[in-house]
Formats: sequence, structure tokens, C-alpha cells
Amino acid sequence: MPRIFFVIVSSISIVTSALAVDPNEILKNPDLEARARAISKGLRCVVCQNQSIDDSDASLARDLRILVRKRLSAGDTNKQVLDYVVSRYGDFVLLKPPVKLETLVLWFSPFIIIIIGLTAGIIFFRRQRYNLKSASLSPALNNQEREKLNNMLED
Amino acid sequence: MIAELGHFTLILALSVALIQAFFPLLGAQKGNNVWISLAPPAAIFQFLLVSISFACLTQLYITSDFSVVNVAKNSNTAIPMIYKVSGVWGNHEGSLLLWVLILSIFGSAVAYFGNNLPPDFRARVLSVQSMIAIGFYTFILFTSNPFERIIPPPINGRDLNPLLQDPGLAFHPPMLYLGYVGFSMAFSFAIAALIEGRVDAAWARWVRPWTLAAWLFLTGGIALGSWWAYYELGWGGWWYWDPVENASFMPWLAGTALLHSATVVEKRDSLKGWTVLLAIITFSLSLLGTFLVRSGVLTSVHTFATDPTRGVFILGLLIFVIGGSLVLFAWRGPKLINTGFFQPISREGALLFNNLGMITATAAVLLGTLYPLFLDATGGGKISVGPPFFNAVFIPIMVPITIAMAVGPFLNWKRADLIPAFSRLKFALTLALIMTALTWVWQKNGPMAATLGMGLAVWLGIGTLSELATKLHLFRSPIGAWYRIKRLPRHKWGMSLGHLGFAIAIAGMAGAGGWTKESIQVMQPGETVTVAGYDFRFIGANHIRGPNYTSVAGKFIITQEEKLITTLVAEKRTYLVTDTLTTEAAIHTMLSGDLYAVIGDSEGKTGAFVTRLYFNPLVVWMWIGTLVMVFGALISLTDQRYRIGAPKRGRKVTVITAQ
Amino acid sequence: MPDRLIYYIPLALFCVLSIYLGIGLTLDPKALPSMLDGKPVPAFKLPPVKNRDNRGFSNTDLIGTVSLVNIFGSWCAACRIEHPFLMELATEKKIIIHGIDWREENPNAGGNWLKRYGDPYSLVGDDPYSKAAIAFGVTGAPETFLVDKKGIVRYKHTGPLNRKIWTNLLSPMIEKLQIRKGS
Repeated sequence: MPRIFFVIVSSISIVTSALAVDPNEILKNPDLEARARAISKGLRCVVCQNQSIDDSDASLARDLRILVRKRLSAGDTNKQVLDYVVSRYGDFVLLKPPVKLETLVLWFSPFIIIIIGLTAGIIFFRRQRYNLKSASLSPALNNQEREKLNNMLED
Repeated sequence: MIAELGHFTLILALSVALIQAFFPLLGAQKGNNVWISLAPPAAIFQFLLVSISFACLTQLYITSDFSVVNVAKNSNTAIPMIYKVSGVWGNHEGSLLLWVLILSIFGSAVAYFGNNLPPDFRARVLSVQSMIAIGFYTFILFTSNPFERIIPPPINGRDLNPLLQDPGLAFHPPMLYLGYVGFSMAFSFAIAALIEGRVDAAWARWVRPWTLAAWLFLTGGIALGSWWAYYELGWGGWWYWDPVENASFMPWLAGTALLHSATVVEKRDSLKGWTVLLAIITFSLSLLGTFLVRSGVLTSVHTFATDPTRGVFILGLLIFVIGGSLVLFAWRGPKLINTGFFQPISREGALLFNNLGMITATAAVLLGTLYPLFLDATGGGKISVGPPFFNAVFIPIMVPITIAMAVGPFLNWKRADLIPAFSRLKFALTLALIMTALTWVWQKNGPMAATLGMGLAVWLGIGTLSELATKLHLFRSPIGAWYRIKRLPRHKWGMSLGHLGFAIAIAGMAGAGGWTKESIQVMQPGETVTVAGYDFRFIGANHIRGPNYTSVAGKFIITQEEKLITTLVAEKRTYLVTDTLTTEAAIHTMLSGDLYAVIGDSEGKTGAFVTRLYFNPLVVWMWIGTLVMVFGALISLTDQRYRIGAPKRGRKVTVITAQ
Repeated sequence: MPDRLIYYIPLALFCVLSIYLGIGLTLDPKALPSMLDGKPVPAFKLPPVKNRDNRGFSNTDLIGTVSLVNIFGSWCAACRIEHPFLMELATEKKIIIHGIDWREENPNAGGNWLKRYGDPYSLVGDDPYSKAAIAFGVTGAPETFLVDKKGIVRYKHTGPLNRKIWTNLLSPMIEKLQIRKGS
């Protein structure tokens, strides 16, 4: 049953185009409006497939945009606005996942990968040197000959 | 009849694939020349069969035969012919048929052009190709048959998704698939090499043209998709870090790494295991993309209709292809022994550095894309990973890569010195610093990343040109330059153009990502709004009728300081069959940026409309940069030494035996 | 020996990945858990639906009895599917059902819809701008919240209710909540 439900819902909010932010939503105060836009860009539209509420023309997205603007006009800080929306919909609405225990792996993985990569590189170069040494001890080819051969083979 | 013929030839293709997967491989193991020689004709026969099958489906679409479910669901008599044809691959079933068609094209190309490959090696390659094909044939035949009939047939079809009724999107999937599937060649070569237990310079040269071709198509396909999003979705964005986009971007990143590491295998007989692994990873990521798009495990802007049984089937296919190849890698990989030697600071070192960066970037994109799934599967709750995350992680990874890209080509093979390389880059550095400073003054309130991007673009662009000039002795002895330009190997041109194109694209991304000017308002006819110094005068809107849609077309005249720049007509279309809206942005492209106008709902009875007007700086540089990269790859493909099958295995073998 | 083991790392990583992908197939990426489970209903005060009554609906109305709060709208096709079952529940009088009429573009639409298909609700509030809906964390219609006597949200169901969900899930929960004295 839920599946049917989602088919119906998503057929209502088909991903189109169109104009997300409507002129009559826009706040008079340009600073507040700029903050509202920035917040909207970071909030995921919960009924759409994968869009921010700033990009979406779904009606719920529009209502959320208006809510963000109302709260900002009432004097909320950006954080207070975000906290309110998160308290209703969970971390799911944040397009930039907050750094917390569950997302540590996500946020720090690039560093970890770079460190692993660098370590692998160091091991590679060390081993290469070691192999070269042991190879040069072998009678078949000495270092010089090998070099010569390599140079010959280069086009 | 035609549908049955298409279905039947597809089944025949599967049987041929079964033979091609089994006998040539066995023949190569046992030294049975008859079985080995079976591979090329089988591959060509397979291609013929799939072509017939594909032609059948196309014919069904052209004649609007709605007794076939697939046609009834995705076409209509009213749509223009071009979209009837592109509708063939605008759906899950048809796009899979296109996938196997392209796979068979590549297979038959190896069969046809690969005469200089050792017969047993070619047999193994074709056999691996065929195994992949078997997976997809069975997938199509058992879960996604495009030739299924419907009784009684509907009077008219349900129409092609209006968003797909667009020239950009008509050619986006074929390009993308040529890229994805093209990487299957590198994969098959890698598997064949693992079976043989041998990777050498000749192998690297054989792999290179196929990888390059796949890379070229994938680059073009991604750019085409991005371009489409830019003009069709109506808010000037061109990259959303959507799972589907990431699915195409990951093979691109890994494929780029593969292109670079294969050079080290060829030149230095090193990084062999790593390069083979990269070839496996690149194609695996293509397959993973297929899974992500078609199984419904992730929410994305553009997914196919999803079906859990399909998801299970593709997952099985992934486990068989990727798991199997990684088992083979674990078993045979240690046999690939590197004999070459190079210093960390050297051309090879720089290529390795590229690999480090590309793989880090790939892993970051992969993790970002799948993390919501990981967390959900472990009960950690639902989260979203969107553009803010990817930008925060991806850009810092790309900065050092871009800096190194200008330096790398100056380094000698084997061992090099950084100081002379940097001294040759003084000019580039100076210009880059000037550019950064100028941009900073010009766009004080813009994002830092964009300012930095402009500096990097200049650094890499000028750095690449300086290296080219050094190679050609352009300044030391300009007289012989023309002669040297002609003598410079084509793959060298490819590298320089590839890097140059990337530099140009960075400038475009910085501009379009950083300093877009936007204005949203209700405009009365005759009203003028100024955006970034351009006056957009709204003339008015009228209704027009297309073949299968009605449209509201708003006209704007754009002037700058009283001088006419252009006239733009932006449309908002309603496609009649599905009652769907699409926006057709009106765009005027200039080198300095795009004028971009979108029309929305009408307001009141005075002919006023909601309008969105943009100035998107430097956007065209992204497309120019991509074209330069693609052109570079094309030039490189025509290089004599990489001519398909041209290099012969020879002298290197004596080196191995000499040890 | 560790040398050879390095070559197994990609395989090991892929195994982990495919396990997750397999689990992923069983999950619905769009099903959001409610943030309200075990928490008091959010404060809201909605005006009445036109052509129905003049009372309106607010969070204070939820104190005292176990009840269902159902989000619906005349535009919502799935609500039409659900509606006959809500009518059955209302005639069986097992539980009080309140409604939030969500996002009507035409102010008369909600009232007319209830006249046409029947009115299972005790109280209904009009929520054209998603004020209560956002407070409840609603992502689509229909959605139904089970609220206990103290006004604490005990369960959220996404999608149309039906007999099966009622007998297997909701009814036992409701019985427990009703037996619990004072709570």
C-alpha cells in the first residue's frame, strides 16, 4: 500500500522545472532575503525526489520557504530556523549532514583515504628500492645494464 | 511479427554469447586453435543479432505499434519523429537494449580491428566481454523485455516523458553508455591479463585507445547531461550532485586515473597490479551506477521506474562480475611483478599523484552517495548528503591535483627536479596571482572558492601552454617551430589539450558557480529590469501551439547602454498527453556569460508574468573546455603508436626472460 | 605473506559494499521516521473548515482521550482510497478521529469533499498554509498520528490506513493506551 501512495504523491510533485521562489514570497529586506535563500538552498524538499526547497516548486516546499522567511522576520537566527525544521523532519532535511557521531566516517573519510594512499605510496617506493637492490645483486643484469636496457626500450 | 523477431534475435544473441564466453576461453587455456578462432566471428555475429533486435524495437517506435507495452508506455503518435526514435532508449527496457548493442559494437570492434593482438589473448578478451553480455541479455529477457505485447492494444501511447523530448537529452544516453560500456573493454583486457598472469607495455598500449575512447564519450555524455540540466530545468544550475550524476561521475574519475596509470605501465613497467585494479574499479563503478539508477535504493531526481526484482537481479550481476573479477585479482594479482624503477619526484610520480587525488575524489563521491544508505541499513537514521557536502569535500581535493597538473608535464621520466620545473612556471604563477588579485577586487563579495578557481584556471592553462612552448622551443628558436609542431607526437597534444580544456572548464565552473546574478519578479509588458548591467525589457507573452504541446512564450529585448544585445523568447510548455509542464529557458550565450530568461505564471489580467532573469558568468567556458578535452582525446586516439592492435608484443618479453 | 593479503583488500571492501546494497534493497529511502514519537503534539490552532462547523481544531482538544489525527485534502487521490475505511471506523465508534484539512487551494473544497464522501471526523481544522502540517512533520497525505490521553504522539502512519493495519497494529496499541489509567 505505501508504494501506491508514493506513486500518487510523486505524480503530484513531478520533478519539473518551473519557478520555485515566487516574487510574492520575497522579503523586502534584502539581507533577510539573502539569508532565507541561503537557508532554503540547504534544506531538502521532503516530498520531492532530491531537490532543495529553493529549487522545488512543490507546494510543501513553498510553505517551508515561507515558514523560513516568517521565522527570520520574527528575529530568529539561521540556526534557530534550521533547528526548528530539523525538530520536525529530522536530519534528513539538511543537505549538508551535521557533523556528529553517525556522520564522522562520512566527513573524515577523505582524510583517511589520503593518509592510506600516502602510506601506500611510501611503502611502494620503499619496496621498489629494495627490489632494485636485490635485483642488482642478481647476476643476470646489473643496475647499469638494466638502465641501459630501459633507455633502449623507450621510444 | 517485428516484436517477435526482435525478441527472437535477442535470444539467439544470448546463445551465441554463451558459446563465445565458454569455448574461446577454454581453447586459450588448452591451446585449441579452433576454439580460439571461434571468438571473432562469434562477436561479429552477436553484434549483427543485437543490431537486428535493436532495429526491430526502433521500427516499432517509428510505426507507433502500441500493441507493444514498451512503445505504448513511452511513445505517442503526436510526438516528432526524432523523439519517437530517441524514445527507444528513453526508458528502462530500451536503454538496456542500447546498452547491449553498444557492448556488442565494442566486442565486434575488437574482433574486427584486433588482428594484431595475440589470438589467445583476443579470445580471452572476447570471452570476458561475452560473459558481461550474458548477464545483461538474461537481465533483459527475464526482467525487462522490451518486446512484450499488450492485449488489447491501447489506441494511443502514454507519451514520452516531456523532459526527455529535447535534443540534448536525445543524445545524452547513447554518449553516456558509449562511455560506461567502453570501460568494459579495459575491464576485459584486465581480466584477460590476469588470466594470463602477464601485464606489459604492449598490454598498456592495447588498453589505452579503448580507455581513451570510453573516457571521451563519457566526458561528452556528462557534459551533455549537464548542459541539458542547465537550459531545461530552468534555474541555471548545471550540476546537482544527484546520485545519478554521481553514478556517471565516479567512472569518469576512476577512468581518468586509469588513463594516467596505464602510461606508467607502458613507460616504466610499474604499477601493474594497481592499473589492472583501476580497470576493474572503473567498469565496476559503471555497473554500480546502473544498480543505483535502476534499483530504487536511492532517491534521485531522475530515476527509471524501479522494481525490486530488477534490483535483486542487478545486485546478483554486480556480485558475479565485480566479485568474480576481484577474486581473480586477489588470486592472480601478486603474479604481476613490477620491474621498473622511478623516483617519487618524476613524471611517473606525478601520474601516481594524479591517481591518489582521483581515487580520493572517487571514494569521497562514492561514500557521499551511499552514506544515507549505509546509515539507514545500520539503523542510524535517515540523513541526506547534498551539494553542500560534496562541494565542501570535493573542491579541496581538486585544488592540489590542479596545482600538480601544471607541474607534472615538466618533470622528466624516472627522476626529476622540482626547482627547474617551478622556474619554468614562474610566468604562469605570476599571471595566476594577478588573476586571483583582480578577481578578488572585482568580486569582493563572491565566494572565495570561485576567486581561487580563476587563479587555478590561469595557473593550469598558462602552465600547460608554457610546457607546450618549451617542448616546441617556441621562444628559443621560433623558426623551426612549425616543423616541431608537426613532429610532436599526437598523444602529447592530447595530454596538453586535455589539461588545457580542464583549465578552461574550471574558469567556467568558477564563474557559473560563484557570481550568478538573479532577479525574480512580476513584470508588466513594457517593464524593464536590469540584471548585471543588462536591461531586460519584457515585451509580453502569447500562446503558441507545438506538435504535442501548447506553450506560453514570453519575449524579452535585452539592451546594454541603449545598444541592442539580443531578443530572447522563453517558453513554458504544457505537454498535452501527460499534462506536464516544462520550462524552456531562453539563453543568449556570450564569452563573458549567458543571459538567461525564464517565464512563469501569469499574474492578473494585464498580461503580467512572473519572470526569472539571470546573468550566468562564463558558463560557455565549461562547454568550450569540455570540447577541448574531448578534442584532445580524439587527437590522442589518432596517435600511430596507439592505433588499435598496432603495437606488437615483442622486445619486452625478452627482458622478462632475461631475468 | 601480508604481501599477498593486500590483494584481498578490494574484494573485502566489495563484500561489505554488496551486503549494504542488499540491505538497501529492502529499505524505502523515502520513508521518514516521525520526529514526534513519544513527544507531545505540537501547539497549533486551526480555523474551522468552511461549510462544516465553526469550531476549529487545536492541540488542546487532544487532551483527555486517545485519538487519531488524520491529515487529508480534497486534492489527494490516496485519501480517497483511505476514506471509506475511516468512515467504517467512525461508525464502529472505536476511536475519535480528528482531521487536518491540508492545503486546500479553494477554501470550499474541503467542506464540499466531506459532504460528498462522508465525514468521519470529530473536529477538523483548515490548514491551507501547512502551519500544523509542518509542525507535525508531515511529508504527504494521508498521514495519521495516534495521540494518547496526555496528548503525546504514540505512532505515525504514512499512507492510507486500512483494515489490516488497523487490526494488526493500531487497534492493539489503542487498547493498551485506553486501559492505562490516567495516562
